[in-house]
Amino acid sequence: MTLTPIQPAPFRPALRMACLLALFFALVFPVQASGGEGDGEKFSPGDMIMHHISDAHQIHIIGDLYIPLPVILLHDGHLDVFSSSKFWNGTNEHGELLFKPYTASSGVTYENHHEVITLAGGGHNHNEHVAHSSDSAHAAHPAPDSLANMTPGHGDVPHGEEEHASHDHPIDFSITKTVFGMLLVVCIMILLFRSIAKSYLRRKGQAPSGLQNMIEPFILFVRNDIAIPSIGERKADRYVPFLLTVFFFIWISNLLGLIPFIGGFNVTGTMSVTIVLATLVFIITTVSGNAHYWGHIVWPPGVPLPIKVILVPIEILSIFMKPAVLMIRLTANITAGHIIILAFVGLIILFGQNSAALGYGVGAGAVLFMVFMFFIELLVAFLQAYVFTLLAAIYFGDATQEHHHHEEPSHASH
Amino acid sequence: MEFLTVLLDTMMNQGLAGIGAGLAAIGAGIGVGRIGGSALEAMARQPESLGDLRANMIVAAALVEGVALFGVIVCLLVALG
Repeated sequence: MTLTPIQPAPFRPALRMACLLALFFALVFPVQASGGEGDGEKFSPGDMIMHHISDAHQIHIIGDLYIPLPVILLHDGHLDVFSSSKFWNGTNEHGELLFKPYTASSGVTYENHHEVITLAGGGHNHNEHVAHSSDSAHAAHPAPDSLANMTPGHGDVPHGEEEHASHDHPIDFSITKTVFGMLLVVCIMILLFRSIAKSYLRRKGQAPSGLQNMIEPFILFVRNDIAIPSIGERKADRYVPFLLTVFFFIWISNLLGLIPFIGGFNVTGTMSVTIVLATLVFIITTVSGNAHYWGHIVWPPGVPLPIKVILVPIEILSIFMKPAVLMIRLTANITAGHIIILAFVGLIILFGQNSAALGYGVGAGAVLFMVFMFFIELLVAFLQAYVFTLLAAIYFGDATQEHHHHEEPSHASH
Repeated sequence: MEFLTVLLDTMMNQGLAGIGAGLAAIGAGIGVGRIGGSALEAMARQPESLGDLRANMIVAAALVEGVALFGVIVCLLVALG
């Protein structure tokens, strides 16, 4: 019995073109709408990009729609939990949120400066920070220059005045946008893989189907094409669970950051997340390093002594540098992709401010570039997950390498 | 002289950061270009190895891009604070 390939139903060309055009205009329209407000201060693309990439205590969906997230602060031994909407104080003409101080039920007053929560009346030096008392009438600060304000020492009124020197900042355990994104990814992963595991149990001996069928090639890819070639067949299965987790976590987080209109999550673009992933790789490499591995680091075989003197510090440094480079590579790739896409959006708004017709014109080209960049970012999402997992597997393989008898370089007869 | 000092002081950081980012882009371009070039040459010599070469080329390009983006991140940090 021959299997005939399944032919897709022919999609009428006119209908397909109409759908593409509709999608195109749907992408152009919301960008123009959000850029049309406010002719007060000049639009700053840098500020918009930083706002979308940085973490925040609320999720900004569109326009005036913000979703508050819980703020959890540990200060002086007691926990303050409240919604971040308590800080909200309206929006300025750019649509950016303004903040006011809030006194929690424990009596401590907190302030939200550029999404960093501090005690009111102490902390950063800001030139517009007027408050020396806990309720400041003008807690709102002018929207641009947010980046300059992050540098200390820019203030006209340097106030190192802190009532209690020992209580600098509360420890911030809040569910911020990035934490929320991570929890979302974890929930997706748990749902996905528990369902796949159950299908494996239910369909023992049968061919996979459904979700199990979709994910199985990737699981086998990580095991057969990443873990086993790097670590070797005997020991690979000890590390495959970690490699699978890291691979899917990074891939799904990257994809989450690409979905528009849900608030712009940037989970893997945050150094805090990637440094933890890199630290895990470092810990596993160090713990599973056998004598052969450490021997190669402190006493590399096959090199003359003068070069050994130079090589050993480099090898010791590389133990720490390799996870650090893993961290930077992942963060930089993902953040750079987001910045490029946001820069195109900013370009449209920037030109649209001068004249609406110019905005539409630039919009058409910029949207095409943006769509192209989105496709590249889809590739980068998978690729960065693959590269991280591959390098982690290579480091594990190096650490657990058995001793192979090296051929001594033959000395030329004298 | 003071005017020049003030001008350079305010523009130095961000101007040099821009130049640095451009140099990082040149580095990435040269690196990935060489990888692509050798991969294409090898594919032309032996068309059967297309799949293997493609996978390895992409991995090597990702590694080289990582280093270039390292430079971009440093320039970004300099330019923004």
